[in-house]
This record gives sequence, structure tokens and C-alpha cells, in this order.
Amino acid sequence: MSLSPEQQRDMLRQMQTIRRFEERASDDFHNGSIYGVVHCYIGEEAVAVGVCAALNRDDQIISTHRGHGHCIAKGADLNRMMAELYGREAGYCKGKGGSMHIADFGIGMLGANGIVAGGIPIVTGAGLAAQLEGKGRVAVSFFGDGASNAGPFHESINIAAAWKLPMVYVCENNLYAAQTPATQTLAYQDVAARAAGYGIPGVVIDGNDIFAVHEAATEAVARARAGDGPTLIECKTYRWRAHTERVNQPDYRPPAEIEEWKQKDPIDRLVQHLKQQQGQLSDEEWQTMDDEILQEIEASVAFAQASPFPPPEAALDDLFAAENTEAHHG
Amino acid sequence: MAEISYAQAGMDAVAEEMRRDPKVFHLSTEAPRPLVEEFGASRVRATPIAEGALTGIAVGAAGSGFRPIVNWSSVTFSFVAMDQIVNQAAKIHYMFGGQVKFPILYRASVGGGTRRAAQHSQSPYSMFMNVAGLKILLPSTPYDMKGMLKTAIRDDNPVILFESGRLNNLKGDVPEDDYTIPLGKADIKREGSDVTIVALAWLVHEALAAAETLAGDGISAEVVDPRSLVPMDAATIRASVRKTGRLVIADEAGPTAGAAAEISALATEDADTFAALKAPVERVCALQVPIPYSPGLEDHVFPDRNKIVAGVRKVMAAGR
Repeated sequence: MSLSPEQQRDMLRQMQTIRRFEERASDDFHNGSIYGVVHCYIGEEAVAVGVCAALNRDDQIISTHRGHGHCIAKGADLNRMMAELYGREAGYCKGKGGSMHIADFGIGMLGANGIVAGGIPIVTGAGLAAQLEGKGRVAVSFFGDGASNAGPFHESINIAAAWKLPMVYVCENNLYAAQTPATQTLAYQDVAARAAGYGIPGVVIDGNDIFAVHEAATEAVARARAGDGPTLIECKTYRWRAHTERVNQPDYRPPAEIEEWKQKDPIDRLVQHLKQQQGQLSDEEWQTMDDEILQEIEASVAFAQASPFPPPEAALDDLFAAENTEAHHG
Repeated sequence: MAEISYAQAGMDAVAEEMRRDPKVFHLSTEAPRPLVEEFGASRVRATPIAEGALTGIAVGAAGSGFRPIVNWSSVTFSFVAMDQIVNQAAKIHYMFGGQVKFPILYRASVGGGTRRAAQHSQSPYSMFMNVAGLKILLPSTPYDMKGMLKTAIRDDNPVILFESGRLNNLKGDVPEDDYTIPLGKADIKREGSDVTIVALAWLVHEALAAAETLAGDGISAEVVDPRSLVPMDAATIRASVRKTGRLVIADEAGPTAGAAAEISALATEDADTFAALKAPVERVCALQVPIPYSPGLEDHVFPDRNKIVAGVRKVMAAGR
């Protein structure tokens, strides 16, 4: 399957949008405009973008605590995302969620989730819903190598395999579960090898190669849509920043390792590919694209700052869905 | 009217709602035969013994437009699903700003008296009452079971319906026509004027037996069944206590931070109800231990009609 230069430039734009969004979010976290926690995805952008490019709008995904990339790749609105990080009323969750809990059910983004592996059963339920509906939708679970060691991963994939649910499980193996290296927690480093035990295909790919990610995802999505059940895709990748933006929290990873992975920058790889292999991107076009993205990010910050904080009494809203009526039902 | 058992009332309610709404489906580790036969193995699924995943699958399916029912069987099996219950199902509507509805029914049996020892005899509903975002039901009769279970399936939120295992074979009259019971409405199971006994689940029946005994002594007991623990019908409980001036609370769970403690607080923190009290509130609960196996031990731990009678006599004697 070949991607047109235009599709490739769209992917590049999305990856760079994720990176610029998070650079701004971490700056604004450190200057106090964003609260709590911010987990950056920088370095892993090819996974979210490559997978989501293989999906339709009504396909569903679920994310992790490191969720900005999946939101943007699925088509979320930057303004409402930034407003949520700022804790404002115009945010996706009206200021109830923050960075770790952004969702947009309207575009099939079932939420970032603050519990490692917590989202895997939920999106598997979306896969069950898709199967019961029979309209060919698929659901994709994004999770990390840390989650692959937790019960919900095994329980959910086993069920999806047994029921041939239209699922794709995407392990973003960034080699660390928070601060703990995977070498200390996995006897065998390829998570995808576990697929064999569930009787489903498992593939290991270079998660920093967007073409490899997109190709694997396209194949897995086709298999899921055809009713042949789930696939486990493991994307080997790396996050450039610490587990979470936190003041005075040392990052124990070897600097040389971080530097080595920066040399494998998924964005730069696509830029070079477009420039050299195809002559489809000039230096000037790339600069223009980046400028436009920075303007969008700036606009999202302005949007967030212009939105009021929710009134304190709004803390009581939305605990339960409004009283059910026949009109709501069915 | 038909006379059916508590367990059958639950089964009938599920079947009727599945007929009524194609979005309702059923997950449990053993698929109920009659439901499979009527609705097929796609809508009534036998699942792996993986309650954590089932509980979360229901959340995702509900957020995608379905109305899942998950039967954990015993509440003891819900504990492996605690992350999905507490961190996901209960919070997801609120945390995402109310974007979509999550209509889910979780069912689980509670209680003891079946000589199954500690891990299969417990009534931990107050643990779940403490989690914001869950509705908690506890019916005590076949009529309440059917009407409340139907309401729970039609509710747009995660609901946990706890059912008393001891009551499974209890029979009672149930209308054959469709009916529902609103959540958060207590039911006065017996009217009286001297003392209010708020009783839960199986203990509603023990309280009714106790009231009969007490009537022989000239003590008129009112038996109030909250039926729904979240939301709790504080108004009905308070009105009854204002009328009688005395409150005894009977619960098969231990007393510590339990439903009985909550009911006591709801009654006494209301100024008018507090002013009407003629005696301290009395809790008749299980002893605060895991439930033991040997019959003499188990019976000693649980409250029953005799302990309720003793509790009532205590508050009558303490009257001011």
C-alpha cells in the first residue's frame, strides 16, 4: 500500500502538531498555567499517527496517561484540548479531567486513562459493541510495555481472541514503565511474542518508522474488519522526555541512550524521506508547515486563556447522567 | 399477579428488558440457560472467569451505545474488578464532563447463612456506597427485585444491584404487566407507631417477624426497607423516626462505616428528627469479623429476629 505525498505530509503535520503541542504544554506546566501532571509523548509520534491514519472517523481508540498524541492523531480539537489542560470550562471535560483524562467520544476517542492497563478492557468493550452492531467498525487499544504485564492486558486479549472481536492492540514499547526499565520486568523483551499464546498474530515493528507502523496497522485493521479477530502490534519506540513533567524528579535513563533515540527521530525521518526520496517537501514548505502549527498552538493557548474557569459549584455536575426518560432510551 | 421466587423475578426482569430493548446484552461466567435459549449466545455470553475485563468491557460497550448487564455472581468476585468499578465505571461520566452515558447494570449476591465461610459470605455494599458515581440497590422481595432491576437496566448510569442469596427461593406476588420501581424510594413494609426498624435485604423479613413478636407485647414497630442505598430515601426514614421517636437499624453487614452507620447519621443529623428521638439509635448488625463456617459460629455472628427484638426492647427501655 502506498501513501500519496499529500497523505505523508498530513501525517508529518500531525506528528509535528503533537510535538509542538506538548512542548507548549510542558512549558506551561512548568510556568504554572497547567496543573497536576503532564506526560509527554514526544519521540513516539509515529505510532499514534501511523495507526490512526489507518482508521475511519467512527472507529474507536483508547489511550493512556500519555494521551495527547492519540487525541491529536484521532482528530481532536487543539483548542478544547488546551483548554482542558488549562482547567477551563471550554475544555473537553469542562475542566474535570486535565491532561490525563481527555476524551472526545464524538470522534471515537474513548479517553486518556490514568490507570496503566485500565483502558484495555474498556476499548475491548467498544470492540464488542462494534461486533454486536455489525457495521464493520474496529477499536484500537493503545498501551505501553508496562501495561502488558498487568492482568487487564491478558484478560482482554484472551476474550477478544476467543470472540474474534474487531480489535487492534498496539503496544507502545518505550522500554520503560515509568522509571523502571523493561529489562527488569520482562524475561523476554518482545511483548508481541505473547500473541502466539492467544492464537492471534503478533508483530514487532520499528515504532519510529511511520510507514512500518501504518502498514502493520492497515493490515491489522483489515483483518479486524473482515471478522478475523485481533492483532497485537508492538511498536519499539522511546520517549524523549521524562516519564512525567515534574520538578526535581531525576530521569535515570542513560543520556547516551536518550541521545541515540533522538537520532531515530520519527519526524525527522519522514521529513528526510519526503525531501530526499521524493522531492515532495522543500525546506521552505517544511518551515511554513511548522510556522502554521506553532500559530495553531498559540491560538489554542489564547482560546484556553479566554475561557473562564468553571464555577466551583460545577463540581457537582455530571456525577450521574440526567434522569432517564423514554426519549433517552434505546 | 403470579407467585414467583426472588431469583425468578430477577431472571424475568432481565428477559423482559432484553425483549424490550435490543441494546441490552448479558455477560457472566456462566450464561443462564433460559436467556441463551431465547436470545442466543451472541447476546448472552459465557465469559472467561475474568471479572476485571468483563466489568471494563461493559463500560466500553455502554459508552458505545449498548446497555450491558454483567452478573458477577457473588460480590466476592467483584473484588478482582475493583479498578474497573472504582476508577473507571464510577468516574468515567464525571471525569469526561458527561460526554456520553454509561448505562450498566452489575449484579452480585451478598449475605450469608449458607455455610460457605468468609470468602463467599459477605455484604460489603457500604464499600461501594462510598464511591461517588455508582447507584446501589438492595431489594428484599420478588416484587421489588423485578421492578428495581428493570429500572436499573433502563437507568443511564452504572448501577450495582445487590441481591440477598438467602432470599433466592423466597416467593411473592409479582404483577405480570410491566412495572418499574423508582430508585431512591424506601418502602414501608409494615406500619407502626412505637419504634422504626430500618432493615436491609434478608433482615427486612427478620424485622417483620420481630415486629409480630413485639406486637404481642403491645409494641408497635414500623419496618422501613430503604431498597435503594444510593440514592437513599432519607425523607421517608426521617419521617418514620419523627413519628415513632425510636430507631433500630438491622443490617447483615458489620457495623463499621456501614449502611447502618449512614442511616443513623442521616436520621440524627436532621434537627427535627434528632429532636423527636426518645432514645439512642441502636444498630443490630453482624459482628465485625469475617463470616465463619461452622453453623454455631456463623449464626452467632449474624443478626436475626431475636437480636432485633432485643434491640427494640433496649431502645424502648432507654426511652426518655
